[in-house]
Amino acid sequence: MYLFIISFPLLSFVISLCFGRYLTPKGTALISVSCIFFSLLSSLLAFYEIGFCRCPVYIRLLPWIDNELLDASWGFVFDSLSISMGVLVNCISLLVHIYSTSYMSHDPHQSRFMSYLSLFTFFMLMLISSDNFLQLFFGWEGVGLCSYLLINFWFTRLQANKSAIKAMVINRIGDFVLTLGILLIFIMFKSLDYSVVFSLLPYCFDHSFSFFGLEVNCTCLISIFLFMGAVGKSAQLGLHTWLPDAMEGPTPVSALIHAATMVTAGVFLIIRCSPLYEYSINVLFIIAFVGVLTSFFAGTVGIFQNDLKKIIAYSTCSQLGYMVFVCGLSNYDISIFHVLNHAYFKALLFLSAGSIIHSLSDEQDIRRMGGLQKMLPFTYLMVIVGSLALSGFPFLTGFYSKDIILEVTYAKYNLIGVFSYWLGCISASITAFYSFKLIYMVFLCNPNSFRKDMELISEAPYPMSLPLLILSIFSLFLGFLTKDIFIGFGSPFWNNSIFIMPVNSNILDSEFIPISIKWTPFFLSSFGCFASVLTYYLLPYFFFKLHADVKLFRSLYTFFNKKWFFDRLQNELIASFLLKIGFVFTYKFVDKGFLESFGPEGLSQLSLLLSEQVSNLQSGKINHYAFLIFVSLLMFISFHIVLPYISSYLDIQIYSLILFCIFVNK
Amino acid sequence: MFIDQNKFIVVAALLFFVGLCGIMLNRKNIIVILMSIELILLSVNFNFVIFSVLLDDAIGQIFALFILTVAAAESAIGLAIYVVYFRIRGTVSIEYINLLKG
Repeated sequence: MYLFIISFPLLSFVISLCFGRYLTPKGTALISVSCIFFSLLSSLLAFYEIGFCRCPVYIRLLPWIDNELLDASWGFVFDSLSISMGVLVNCISLLVHIYSTSYMSHDPHQSRFMSYLSLFTFFMLMLISSDNFLQLFFGWEGVGLCSYLLINFWFTRLQANKSAIKAMVINRIGDFVLTLGILLIFIMFKSLDYSVVFSLLPYCFDHSFSFFGLEVNCTCLISIFLFMGAVGKSAQLGLHTWLPDAMEGPTPVSALIHAATMVTAGVFLIIRCSPLYEYSINVLFIIAFVGVLTSFFAGTVGIFQNDLKKIIAYSTCSQLGYMVFVCGLSNYDISIFHVLNHAYFKALLFLSAGSIIHSLSDEQDIRRMGGLQKMLPFTYLMVIVGSLALSGFPFLTGFYSKDIILEVTYAKYNLIGVFSYWLGCISASITAFYSFKLIYMVFLCNPNSFRKDMELISEAPYPMSLPLLILSIFSLFLGFLTKDIFIGFGSPFWNNSIFIMPVNSNILDSEFIPISIKWTPFFLSSFGCFASVLTYYLLPYFFFKLHADVKLFRSLYTFFNKKWFFDRLQNELIASFLLKIGFVFTYKFVDKGFLESFGPEGLSQLSLLLSEQVSNLQSGKINHYAFLIFVSLLMFISFHIVLPYISSYLDIQIYSLILFCIFVNK
Repeated sequence: MFIDQNKFIVVAALLFFVGLCGIMLNRKNIIVILMSIELILLSVNFNFVIFSVLLDDAIGQIFALFILTVAAAESAIGLAIYVVYFRIRGTVSIEYINLLKG
């Protein structure tokens, strides 16, 4: 049954890809949806067995790389952590599959789309249920591949190609560092299995390692490397630029991959490696810092975006920042709780956005929307629910995780804790601000879209609205229902899958922080809502005038609208430099220079040259031949006479090398 | 009887080299090649005769006689070939004998 969870999506992928042509789009949709449904059923059953009956399952399936040095096998670990992620992935994946049967119904390549979605689900499940780092890396790269394929699904669009390549390349940086981390784990522990690594940690966490001549703590280095891998995948500050651009892909993809599941893989990695991080306090500090900066940064950019999907993408980035910084404060269970909750309302928001875009004939700019409340009441309701859950409205799903995140952050009572708390609160108010801006611009203000679009508008069909409905129910109630399971005080749910050093644990302290601090996030969020209403409803002309007349405001607006010029910095400082190196050194000097002249080109030139010279010897003149015969004879005789004296200096290999070089230089 | 063998050998070698140079440097007349070959054979003969006297061994002189006959036969055949060749090609100049090239 546990292997069904993994194998059904793979089956769906194979069937949809190989037989999609014969099955018709409808048949493919039916098969892939039912496969994912069975996978979800198995994972729910597994969730019951593992989460509630507390029977984690370890499966050692097949040997993979099995030599004396490295023993990596296809193994699966189903503990509370992986199965709760597994249920989430399957659930969102099922809903997105159902949604895309309708969303992609006009597309001739629907079966390919379905197969990619299923492949993604397979790889994601592989990632979360692997029992060693190598298999995790396999899943990690697999989801990256699927992300590329799906962003690039409409491959005739140049913008989609560019975004897909950007996502791939930027993720490659993180993946490279992750590989270094995994290699370092292998060097230090001589094994890649989680169980071995984590059980050896307490004995060798203070070993050091020479890294470029610097003596550094090995555990710290590994944790930093793994974290940088997570930075790439989870779009943290610095490597976040791919995530908003990834919105070029179809909207169900954005919902499944770039909001709910794949981008949380980095957070998952941190949570999975919680023992590692617990033994490296300095790295935790860095994680918290990067996370909180990401959440603040993405929020500020999100306010000033005009693309419907990009706003939600930046909000995803911001929420990922929350998940990461709460990991940095050693509250991994709260982080995974936020991952789980966030997935539902963010998928809801994305799918609703898809429904809006679909009904507006693929219009994405919120400045050309408006007045959709009357046209799309159901979608309006869904967006309201999603936005309220996102901005942490009391007793909705987002509230439970977001509030507790801020509380435990404050309860750290140290510098980074207080810093994160206040920056997190500001981000929360920003979140509320842009959520309500989005609602106002899309649904409430006067219609700004084209007449022909408005005439064609219609509410989403059932396959699209059903997932929305289910997700909205989850967004309303799931946080309340699962709070005590996941983060209830003393809840045994996580078993051994998450390790928090007793000295770092502060869930109890969070109950004793001042009541005003507990209320602050709520008031700040309300303030965000109010500010949004003020900006866009009450005083739009004031802000318009401000934008038109005050230069400072305008440059600020440009600064945030252009994403703090992060892309430009990356392109001009790093990318162009690297490209130059790549062209001048790697391409011109190494590839086309060194390798080419000693490789294929040089060899063929050499053989041509030699054969030409040899053929020149055959002149057809008798006297030449006679000369050659005589000289050769003379050489032969003299060689045999001198050989005993010089044989010790003769090494045919060296001379052939010298000869070779001489000819090549010609 | 004291004979300075080195001088004889040098003469033979010089004859040999003259013959060789006649073959290698000659570009005009093919009959010169035949003469050069005769010269080389002469030097070989000279060697044989010298060493047969030196070592007091008659076999060398017998060999020299053999070589003389063979050389005579060879030059007869060679000249015959040249005559035939001249009839066909109209020249015996070495420059134009390059049919050896494949």
